[in-house]
Amino acid sequence: MSNWRFNPLALVRAFLRPIDPILMLLLAVLLGYAWVLMQSASPERLDNQALHFAIALAAMWAMAWLTPAHLLRLALPLYALGVVLLIGVDLFGEISKGARRWLDIGITRIQPSEIMKISMPLMLAWYFHQREGHTRFVDFLIAGALLVVPVGLILIQPDLGTSLLVAASGLYVIYFAGLSWKLIVPLMVALVIGLGSVVAFGDTLCQPEVDWQVLREYQKQRVCTLLDPTRDPLGKGFHIIQSTIAIGSGGLMGKGWMEGTQTHLAFLPERHTDFIFAVLAEEFGLIGAVVLLATYLLLIVRGFVIAAFAPTHASRLLAGAITMIFFTYAFVNMGMVSGILPVVGVPLPFISYGGTALVTLCLGVGILMSIQRSRLTARKA
Amino acid sequence: MTEIRSTAQELARFRLRVVVAMLFVCVCLGLLAARFHYLQVVRHDYYLTRAEDNRIALLPKVPHRGTIVDRNGVVLARNYATYTLEITPSQVKDIQGTLDELATLVAIEPRERRRFMKLLEESRSFESVPVRSRLSDEEVARVVSQRYRLPGVDVKARLLRDYPQGTVGAHVVGYIGRINQRDVERIEEAGETANYRGTQHIGKAGLEQFYESELHGTTGIEQVEVNAGGRAVRALSSIAPTSGNDLELTLDIELQRVAESAFGARRGALVAIEPSTGGVLALVSTPSFDPNLFVDGISTQDWKALNESPDHPLLNRAIYSAYPPGSTFKPFMALAGLETGRRTPGQAIADFGYFTLGNHRFMDDKVGGHGMVDLHKSIVVSCNTYYYQLAHDLGIDNIAKFMAPFGFGARTGIDLPGEANGVLPSPEWKRQRFRRAEQQQWFAGETISVGIGQGYNAFTPLQLANALAALVNDGKLYRPHIVRYVVDSRTGQRRAVEPEPLREIPLKTSNIRAVRDGMVGVNISGTGKRAFQGAEYTSGGKTGTAQVFSLRGQRYVEGRVRERLRDHSWFIAYAPAEAPRIALAVLVENGGFGAQSAAPIARQVMDYYLLHRQAGEPAAEDAVAGELEGGEQAETAPTDAAAAGAAAAEAPAGSLR
Repeated sequence: MSNWRFNPLALVRAFLRPIDPILMLLLAVLLGYAWVLMQSASPERLDNQALHFAIALAAMWAMAWLTPAHLLRLALPLYALGVVLLIGVDLFGEISKGARRWLDIGITRIQPSEIMKISMPLMLAWYFHQREGHTRFVDFLIAGALLVVPVGLILIQPDLGTSLLVAASGLYVIYFAGLSWKLIVPLMVALVIGLGSVVAFGDTLCQPEVDWQVLREYQKQRVCTLLDPTRDPLGKGFHIIQSTIAIGSGGLMGKGWMEGTQTHLAFLPERHTDFIFAVLAEEFGLIGAVVLLATYLLLIVRGFVIAAFAPTHASRLLAGAITMIFFTYAFVNMGMVSGILPVVGVPLPFISYGGTALVTLCLGVGILMSIQRSRLTARKA
Repeated sequence: MTEIRSTAQELARFRLRVVVAMLFVCVCLGLLAARFHYLQVVRHDYYLTRAEDNRIALLPKVPHRGTIVDRNGVVLARNYATYTLEITPSQVKDIQGTLDELATLVAIEPRERRRFMKLLEESRSFESVPVRSRLSDEEVARVVSQRYRLPGVDVKARLLRDYPQGTVGAHVVGYIGRINQRDVERIEEAGETANYRGTQHIGKAGLEQFYESELHGTTGIEQVEVNAGGRAVRALSSIAPTSGNDLELTLDIELQRVAESAFGARRGALVAIEPSTGGVLALVSTPSFDPNLFVDGISTQDWKALNESPDHPLLNRAIYSAYPPGSTFKPFMALAGLETGRRTPGQAIADFGYFTLGNHRFMDDKVGGHGMVDLHKSIVVSCNTYYYQLAHDLGIDNIAKFMAPFGFGARTGIDLPGEANGVLPSPEWKRQRFRRAEQQQWFAGETISVGIGQGYNAFTPLQLANALAALVNDGKLYRPHIVRYVVDSRTGQRRAVEPEPLREIPLKTSNIRAVRDGMVGVNISGTGKRAFQGAEYTSGGKTGTAQVFSLRGQRYVEGRVRERLRDHSWFIAYAPAEAPRIALAVLVENGGFGAQSAAPIARQVMDYYLLHRQAGEPAAEDAVAGELEGGEQAETAPTDAAAAGAAAAEAPAGSLR
């Protein structure tokens, strides 16, 4: 007690201890980029976004401060809670834009599917951790079942984008846990053939009288619009046509910050959220786009390095899956904005306006930091 | 041991999987980079053009239409700014629903709704169609605040045409209306399509139509940046429109008003011309109509009322309807007699009350005749027998040859659209007019009828007024015109429309003098005496009565004939007698004797023009002038003359169509 002295430097050091400097630097680059773009795309939302930044960074810090062991203890309760809330949404959720996604829990509205993006890989990582060393095929079946339940619940909301992301996050864990290549390769081949045939027979499949059975009408429309945006240039194709025009007209160097005509004349829909990449590509050109790609690539490399050297099986799986989730967000978003993937509501990670996705992603960064720190402490020990 | 080895194995397997995942990530991001390269470098030019096309729109800037003022600067047609509520049909799914919605914001009368539906049918779907004009500021605010949920609905600031004089002079000024398909074709033919981009209205009648090219102006172009909603955000460059030129008329709108009110409820026409220039001082056709009805697109109801009225208010009788001139033709016949040497002023004939041709008698109005009648008396008492004889002596070919230079039976070339030719009959005309051989033949009796202005003769009031103007202007015939100056909107320069002499008819001054003396006598002691009693100026005149219906030998008694079949009443006059400043022709349809209904109108117009005195002072103007007139009804008996009468009855009726 007597040797306690107020030492501000020590306090700062204690505060910074959970933070991984490399991840923090990359995150700072991305958030800085987001700030610059938001000034052009939607300056009136800057104040709100600053608040989102603060909340997200706090969440990240909290996650980084926890140890992976703490987190894994929460895996099962979080997963169970998530599933219960999803059932609640399907039964009592509020309807907005034709889908039931929000649940009013009295104090605030929450989107339980968002929780699942973190708790899903957490749950599966925990499960495989329990089976470490003697993982058998049946474990993959159980993991598959754990995955299918929440994904199915989200799909019937309906929310194709989120259900795909949640499914992906679980599949990444299963992949890293060592699902046999004999299964993965045929699955990939089937997927490629399936997509290829949709593209090849798009014209026939997109006739209005064709019912796709598994997908809802609006989902069918999105796929069809991707195949041929001109079929509805002022309606559903408008997004894709205008965003490719924005990207293409940006050229190598871009039109300059705040100079994007597509952005500022409101031809770009959703320019501050899902289509913010088009603002970037229009104003900063190919160079700006490649800088962003490089930043994501570095983030992913850092995540994989952390995963490869993580001390426990669970943290490895978790780190690998989270890293792949970052990649998935980035790839799907940029792919849809540039017109090579259908329009599914996936934001550009760390850049798009909005608190929910940012907090989720920063929680992921925090978990990576936590795992990195656990490795350092494990080495010291 | 196995535990550790399997753990190590799993770690190795995991790291392999990480490497594979990393490769996958690199491939996918590489794919994106390739896509960006394709869009931003390979196809950059294409997308840049698309972005520019997106952003730049050329908007026409519609010029202000020129205004029209009368000779004293009184405004006859002008523009005023107003807010109109418009709907672009192509952007609206449920038009009725949108209208209902709008009706909760601003008052939309059923009439306006019907008019909108009519316009909707006529318009192309991407053109905005007006629902209501003249919105108040409050109504504008209400609509604009709700516009976000009413796609395709717009409030536009527009210049609307306004005719402050209403019905007065409507036939002269005409009106504008929305451009229809026929107009579009005409505009295309004239190569004016670009200039009419953005223009919604075009002159449809009267001066508005005739001077369309002057009034319209030149459309400007504005290059604007538009946003995704198609709304202009800022102007990049613009070429200002050039306003249309203004018109200043020879017409005196107050004189016009006096003339129109002098007609009262009667149908008819009046043309007053300044003889020394051919400038039209007043051009009346009654009943008239309100040109303001046409500006926003006329409602079906109003259109029906105008179009189906038996009085044909839309018809410009002054230039389009041709009537037999009746006895107003006699001064011209008298002049023909003098100029051809068939008559001298002093030469008199004995009038026993009839003229015999072959075995047919052409009757005078006065039973027993006027006794000895010379040229002067023949005009003053309007003696038919004198002119039967004269026409017979001249022959139809000479009459036609003499009359043609006065502009009878030919368009005068006035600056108004839709002028009729009228008919100056001749054997040649008859051959062309009829197809059957027995109809083509010219009968000698027909010449006799022409001599007193009946028969095939049919002239517009304008033709008669202009011929009179030439007569009192020593044979100098001008092209009648209504516009005096075209005022250039840019320079303010007044381009004068010079009086255009069409021809100078070689006439002996003494002959003109003799005829004019006769016409002065008419207003002093003849058929115009009652109407011009107490006038403070000297004047010349001539009454006339045009048959509508052949009585086939019976005597014409006004009360017994249905109103529409009564004779048309004519009066031509000029004043002052020595140096005429005004020459006019008045026609009252079914007005009976010329002295009775037409002459008082002429008196009121001249009083106003020469003395600036409004009507009402001399009492008993409309008193029956039966005995003074002495009747000038040519009693046409059967055979060939009856055919002429029937044709006369047909002519005006036909011209009304």
